[in-house]
Amino acid sequence: MQWESLESFLSMGGYGFYVWGSYVVCVAVIVAEILALRHRRGAALADVKRAGPATGRAT
Amino acid sequence: MSSVTTSPGFSLFRYAAPNVFYPLAGRMVPLFAVLAAVLAAAGLYVGFILAPTDAQQGDSYRIIYIHVPSAWMAMFLYVVMAFWAGVGLVFNTRLSSMMAQAIAPTGALMAFISLWTGALWGRPTWGTYWVWDARLTSTLILLFLYLGFIALQAAIDDKRRADKAGAVLALVGVVNVPIIYFSVKWWNTLHQGASVKPGSSSMADIMLTAMLLMVFAFWMYAIAAVLVRLRAIILERERRAQWVLDARERGAL
Repeated sequence: MQWESLESFLSMGGYGFYVWGSYVVCVAVIVAEILALRHRRGAALADVKRAGPATGRAT
Repeated sequence: MSSVTTSPGFSLFRYAAPNVFYPLAGRMVPLFAVLAAVLAAAGLYVGFILAPTDAQQGDSYRIIYIHVPSAWMAMFLYVVMAFWAGVGLVFNTRLSSMMAQAIAPTGALMAFISLWTGALWGRPTWGTYWVWDARLTSTLILLFLYLGFIALQAAIDDKRRADKAGAVLALVGVVNVPIIYFSVKWWNTLHQGASVKPGSSSMADIMLTAMLLMVFAFWMYAIAAVLVRLRAIILERERRAQWVLDARERGAL
């Protein structure tokens, strides 16, 4: 264990801004991608639901 | 003409049919998502709790646990994207082109993370967020290649033509990947050389362990994200196909 306290963990030996600035943005863009994917799948499913009854017609 | 026929007799192409791949991908997503979460938790535990402070760089080096995985994935995903785009171009297989399209946004995201974390690591170690050096510039070009691929595909309405144009761009851009990888050797750059090469590593074992756990976490995450996007693209492009309507009736979408 490298850290004596939460403060020392957060300060990262004085590099807190750079370390947490990296990790926070990394997590934020990954969360944004997950939300975007959820939205895209939802929209695609809604389109299929709206497509009307099965007609036996293929593209 | 039906576009939903599979090719009986060609077992190799069985999974190349979107109607076969769609449910298979759906079953694989939770597996890769769970693997990504477990590996990331393990990697961050080893990297932040067990691994010591670096003698030269202090704790700023801990950015490596996301910087290197994202940079490797950005390059790797580009090659995979170009491969599938090329397969789609040559064999005219729909799923291959959809796969390339599904990879691009996640690849762009990885390139962005590697540039962002690199800037924040560069400031305390080099004294600057950005420098027009070979490694950094070629990685920025990688991000633009991803964005160009996405924009080009979005700009062409006819999906099959969009696939072909995108494939040409993706294949031409492949030349940039070895340039990124070898840039630290070919040019005098501010960016350090590779710490990890096949067969040798200049990193402490515990730091290397944490970094490799994060590499696999990013890898598994990328697979899960690409599969989810691929399923959405399949639905978007095949929403009128009989198999989609059949699956809808069964509640199997």
